[in-house]
Amino acid sequence: MSGWPILSVVTFLPLLGVLFILFVRGEDATALRNIRWAALWTTIVTFLLSLLIWAGFDSNAAGFQFVEQQAWLGGAASYKMGVDGISMPFVILTTFLMPICILASWHVTKRVKEYMIAFLVLETLMIGVFCALDIVLFYLFFEAGLIPMFLIIGIWGGPRRVYASFKFFLYTLLGSVLMLLAIIYMYWASGTTDIAALLANPGFTPEAQKWLWLAFFASFAVKMPMWPVHTWLPDAHVEAPTAGSVILAAILLKMGGYGFLRFSLPMFPDASVYFQDFVFVLSVIAIVYTSLVALMQEDMKKLIAYSSVAHMGFVTMGIFSLNRQGIDGAMFQMISHGLVSGALFLCVGVVYDRMHTREIKAYGGLVKTMPLYAFTFMVFTMANVGLPGTSGFVGEFLALMGAFKANTWVAFFATLGVILSAAYALWLYRRVVFGDLTKPALLHLPDMTPRELATLAPLIVLTIFFGAYPAPILDIFGPTVETLIKPLNEAAAAAQALASASLH
Amino acid sequence: MWLLEQADAAAALPEVVLAILAMALLMFGVFRKSDPSGVVNLLAVISLALAAALVVWTGEPRAEAFKGAFVVDTFARVMKVLALFGSAVAIVLSDSFMKRDGSQRFEYPVLILLATVGMMMMISANNLIALYMGLELQSLSLYVLAAINRDSARASEAGLKYFVLGALSSGMLLYGASLIYGFTGSTSFAHIAEHLQAHEAGLGVIFGLVFVIAGLAFKISAVPFHMWTPDVYEGAPTPVTAFFAAAPKVAAVALITRTMVEPFGAIVPDWQQIIVFVSIASMALGAFAAIGQSNIKRLLAYSSIGNMGYALVGLAAGTEQGVTGVVVYMIIYMIMTLGTFACVLAMRRNGHMVEEISDLAGLARHNKCLAFVFAMLMFSLAGIPPLAGFFAKYFVFLAAVNAGLYTLAVIGVVTSVVGAYYYLRIVKIIYFDEPKGSFDAMDGEVKLVAYASGAFTLLFVLPWIASPIIAVAAAAAKSLY
Repeated sequence: MSGWPILSVVTFLPLLGVLFILFVRGEDATALRNIRWAALWTTIVTFLLSLLIWAGFDSNAAGFQFVEQQAWLGGAASYKMGVDGISMPFVILTTFLMPICILASWHVTKRVKEYMIAFLVLETLMIGVFCALDIVLFYLFFEAGLIPMFLIIGIWGGPRRVYASFKFFLYTLLGSVLMLLAIIYMYWASGTTDIAALLANPGFTPEAQKWLWLAFFASFAVKMPMWPVHTWLPDAHVEAPTAGSVILAAILLKMGGYGFLRFSLPMFPDASVYFQDFVFVLSVIAIVYTSLVALMQEDMKKLIAYSSVAHMGFVTMGIFSLNRQGIDGAMFQMISHGLVSGALFLCVGVVYDRMHTREIKAYGGLVKTMPLYAFTFMVFTMANVGLPGTSGFVGEFLALMGAFKANTWVAFFATLGVILSAAYALWLYRRVVFGDLTKPALLHLPDMTPRELATLAPLIVLTIFFGAYPAPILDIFGPTVETLIKPLNEAAAAAQALASASLH
Repeated sequence: MWLLEQADAAAALPEVVLAILAMALLMFGVFRKSDPSGVVNLLAVISLALAAALVVWTGEPRAEAFKGAFVVDTFARVMKVLALFGSAVAIVLSDSFMKRDGSQRFEYPVLILLATVGMMMMISANNLIALYMGLELQSLSLYVLAAINRDSARASEAGLKYFVLGALSSGMLLYGASLIYGFTGSTSFAHIAEHLQAHEAGLGVIFGLVFVIAGLAFKISAVPFHMWTPDVYEGAPTPVTAFFAAAPKVAAVALITRTMVEPFGAIVPDWQQIIVFVSIASMALGAFAAIGQSNIKRLLAYSSIGNMGYALVGLAAGTEQGVTGVVVYMIIYMIMTLGTFACVLAMRRNGHMVEEISDLAGLARHNKCLAFVFAMLMFSLAGIPPLAGFFAKYFVFLAAVNAGLYTLAVIGVVTSVVGAYYYLRIVKIIYFDEPKGSFDAMDGEVKLVAYASGAFTLLFVLPWIASPIIAVAAAAAKSLY
């Protein structure tokens, strides 16, 4: 372990950028340029530093690494940071996507200073969520992220931004406050808020586990979002500015899945086994139902938002298959979805910046004027469908395999979702990119600029690279997942024994 | 000093000094030819600071005066310093406002000093008589303060309303106190506690307890005794409202806490259910009724009703942990409230105060700092981490869950989400709406209070601020048990 607190540095470095931006005076072009570059450099340096975490990470060890601890709140909680195989990939994903988001927002002209500050603060809070090793600290970062996101949607969003921002904020808050009570209960029941200690020795009674599980579920299911509490997502996505949608889809949604893996499964194993079928039902409904809804959308962003809900259905299904393949698949799916859905929103942003509409009907035949764009969009459409060779395939396949092992019917119905996802994604692609170039407004659209290419090219490379060679990611969380499923297997065996005993 | 010791009043030195200073300032104001209000304001703040210094640096850890009717312990010291601080800030906030308004009077700071003496008496009351005395000294000063702007019909109405309803609640309190005296044989908290430990609490004591709680609930404006709050908050001049929302609330919460924990510590389940009900009702009403408000002061009145509900969550736990939560809550609540009212005082357009929430529209364009502070205070009042308001709620719920009050805790957090809606509405108006025209330049002291409060809410999360405050609150709670 290195001597300096690298996790804290990476987490709070964006705040340094905020401080710098605060000192930039004026509203003229030079000031705005300085602000943009300051934000970009901050995020790039943060990303480069976070690569040191990856480099120093020992992927054979299952426990927490780079652990830092400080007293805080007079003993009721502590400031403890650390990463393991489950959280480290998300830290890198966050720091990797932030410079892309800043680049994608280069043409924001409205209140640039506040915009960049909001994004940098959000970055700190998101990294904090994945690094926190104390449940109160986790909750702090988890909830605090609502403030900048609320402002991002509300200030820089579309016409219905006020409605969307309120819905986003209140939905998520309602889910989370119940989790707060569960956290408090856990503190009294176990005498600690240290996540590592709670993981090592959860020891909640099966009855208490059910209530705690439900309280955490209330929060993570909304964040994920799972059917039927997903309705805030399409609104938030449609109204948010492009970079806001990217962050929302790529990282904020992953906090739900991360929460399940960090808390629900290992700390409440009996309850997780007990509620397995319940989650399966919700996941399958999410996969099939929201895919059908996606088919009917007129708005590109809304379509991708519903497809996100469907893909998150695969994630929850994989997580609650409670076996190695399923959880590996869910983890991989989350990373891959972070890259792919983020990229899809960027793709929508590219044409939105030119045409200022997201109506699918307004487009058609773009392949003739924007060949480069057509290619980029195709790669991500295929990844979204889960075509073998793209990263989308690996996650979906593993998750389905895990589900098949746990419950064949679930896998059967979930596979319908794969077919439907091909239907809506390809249909979208056909309507936007192919067809005749008849609409006069589209005749002289310029192809992607170098800046847009710079935002999307790294995502193309990674999507294809991880599709062909997923091992670097799978290896990171392998040992952690292995230790994660041990108590689950025991709980499942105990539940089975109980069931067969009651039969005789 | 010798005289004080003869009168068994040594422990009450800060109160005695403050009362004498208040009267001296009154004389000074009367005999001074030119307008004395500015000087008296300054001297009043100095007096309050002196009293605070005396509170902190005199006496043993626990001292009694007036044959046990008056007690000074860590709890009393912490709450007194808080109340003194709140009063001083209220005077500071009023200075420029009243000068501009032409309503400056030297009686104003003097009345605040007298009210503060009453608050200190309430906080230290260890006897039903002392409790009533402190409460009345404070209340009578507050009635006059509400109507200090006597040419304004609104303010006079507020003062009168406050007085009539306040007198009613005092009557209920006295009736309850007399029942308790009759059934336990003493007005002293220590004797009542002994009696209740030795004997079963009869119907008479419970009956008296209910009336006492009703009277005290009125003072902290808890539902169902809250009706006066929105009218008085709206009617009184804004600096007076700021004062009402801060220091007297601290004193009244301290009083109800000590009264429940010390004499009635043996019958926790009996008063717990009342406090739970009052707390739930306050949280729910505060959250729902505020949604429809368009006047910022009325909205803050409902917000304070809700906040008292949350403070009572800690008291309902009936444990040392709970009292710690109450103390933390009151510290944070007071600083947030003073900051919020400083922001409201900054809502001045073309020399006139504006009080509609819609007047805040687009504030973020004209005055970025004020808008940011206002928004952070609103998020903090809504209880969103990492702001101070979250920790206030966290500590009271920590106690409630440990005491097994799960229903109360769940209702509490759910109403906090409802409450978040109207706080968010203010943020929305400040940040999302189109600007309506800028406010006048802020007065220096108002700016100072607003920014200091904003900085506190934002930085509370740092261990260097949070840990000492929590430690002080824990020490205060310990002295009650």
